[in-house]
Amino acid sequence: MSRPGATVRRIVLYVLLIVISLAVLVPFGWMLVSSVKLDAEVFTVPIQWIPQELHWDNFTKIWSRVPLARYLTNSLILSVTITALQVLTGSFAAYGFAKVRFPGRDALFLAYLATIAVPWQAYMVPQYIMMERLGLVDTRMSLILLQAFGAFGVFLMRQYYLTIPDELSEAARIDGLSEYGIWARVILPLSKPALASLALLTFVNTWNDYMGPFIYLTSNDLWTVQIGLRAFVGQFDAEYAMIMTGSVISVLPILVIFLVGQRYFVQGIATSGLK
Amino acid sequence: MASTPPNLLEPVVAGPPRPPAPGPARRRRTALVGWSFILPNFVGFAALTLIPIVATLGLAFMQWNSYSTPEWVGLDNFRRLWASETFWTALRNTAYYAAGHIPLTLVAALGFAVLLNRKLRGIGIFRTALFFPYITSLVAVAVVWNMLFSPDAGPVNQFLHAIGVSETPGWTTSTTWAMPAVIITSVWRDLGYYMVLYLAGLQTIPGELYEAAEVDGAGPWARFWHITVPSLRPTTFFVLIMLTISSFKVFDLVQVMTEGGPGRSTLVLSQLIYREGVREGRFGYSSAVALVLFVIVLLVTVIQFRIQQRGEK
Repeated sequence: MSRPGATVRRIVLYVLLIVISLAVLVPFGWMLVSSVKLDAEVFTVPIQWIPQELHWDNFTKIWSRVPLARYLTNSLILSVTITALQVLTGSFAAYGFAKVRFPGRDALFLAYLATIAVPWQAYMVPQYIMMERLGLVDTRMSLILLQAFGAFGVFLMRQYYLTIPDELSEAARIDGLSEYGIWARVILPLSKPALASLALLTFVNTWNDYMGPFIYLTSNDLWTVQIGLRAFVGQFDAEYAMIMTGSVISVLPILVIFLVGQRYFVQGIATSGLK
Repeated sequence: MASTPPNLLEPVVAGPPRPPAPGPARRRRTALVGWSFILPNFVGFAALTLIPIVATLGLAFMQWNSYSTPEWVGLDNFRRLWASETFWTALRNTAYYAAGHIPLTLVAALGFAVLLNRKLRGIGIFRTALFFPYITSLVAVAVVWNMLFSPDAGPVNQFLHAIGVSETPGWTTSTTWAMPAVIITSVWRDLGYYMVLYLAGLQTIPGELYEAAEVDGAGPWARFWHITVPSLRPTTFFVLIMLTISSFKVFDLVQVMTEGGPGRSTLVLSQLIYREGVREGRFGYSSAVALVLFVIVLLVTVIQFRIQQRGEK
């Protein structure tokens, strides 16, 4: 470890990692810097990485330019509802798939699994027709129904439940707990990390979803922050600084959630990917 | 959680071991209990995923617009597709996107994962940095990159000028360069996700393998090709399938960055399905496009599956 060659290599490695990370993060840096500039200062040659004056008032002005508060609220309502339903029904169904043995179970699970591989675009038209006939187009309910019962949550939770030894549920069964009791009192408390992973991934996916709200939500009152931001860009495409301000605000909640629950994201992706 | 060896299929097929067979009454009760767990999710899943998938299969062979009654027309929709220039453009563009997005993302993700798979102080910060674009709002990503790619004074072209490129591309304003711009953005956004998959895969390779190879005099490059790459085969298989599915269904990024333009230079299949099915209300025709999309994804997946199986023998 104390060889000079090793130290040099370590320094080279660090420099390389710092350069790569900065290169990947540069778009965020540019977004942040531009968000506190004047429109005329955004595209300058050469790029001003440090603005002459910081226009923090962009962050107060934007709320009256765009109904951003409403968009954020809409995104929050959708994300919270969908996440709650997905986690609840997903973990409940996963228990049936992982811990109760009955005929047809594995075939049914394969059906779940197969649909994960079918691109949503392949069946969005029949979905749209159904929603239209039910009069649910342009309501929040349409998106909640579409996204709350995804196969992904069932899959992720089942993979985790399989790692919990069956002896635990057997012991609880002998102690007289019903299957529902075992789910609620034995399995759920043990699966907190997986629940956190699923909740965070679902929340972020719903928050960032563009295509769903784009197709289903036509009234401005219901728009999510993604649709609202896109519409703002289309309408005021020369207000570069304000557009960047809006972008920063739309990313901030995700940044906070990500920094708090980082390891759950990584674990969730690793679990769904590898088992 | 990621400590067991990566194996995509085994746990899916084999559930927990079978307990001794109970009596019929008890079995029926168990089945009821099992279904009761699955039902709340299954009702939504069946109504909103399973049935629509089956419906697509049928609709593709029907003529049905918003205001007409469905009518069986056999292969008519597919004949119209075959003759439609827009369809071929969309198919070509989607294949172009996939041909760029899949290999570039895979190589970048694998490279960064190998680079970051070591015990170093602060390594977590670098992993976080590379992963972050993946969970950022797509609209923000697309909007920022659109500006970065701005032809006149955009930072990308300023950088190209600085390194001596005199004729910089028009990126999203040019029919030739719009797709490369979309691909670059997509690789930047997605590589963190696949890097995490590869990092999990790398952690399952026993360190002794590398130590033994080092004793045998294998250099880093040889160790990468003869240990890392073969050991990561299951991960790569999964990554390839995920990349294939996600490239063929690309929508959001293209829609926000270029709306399929300029002209039809970045129009992809998903947009065609959306335009025909949702905006124009041509349910049958758009379902035919959807079916083609699905069959392509299925075929590519099956081929990859075959190659993977042959490699294991």
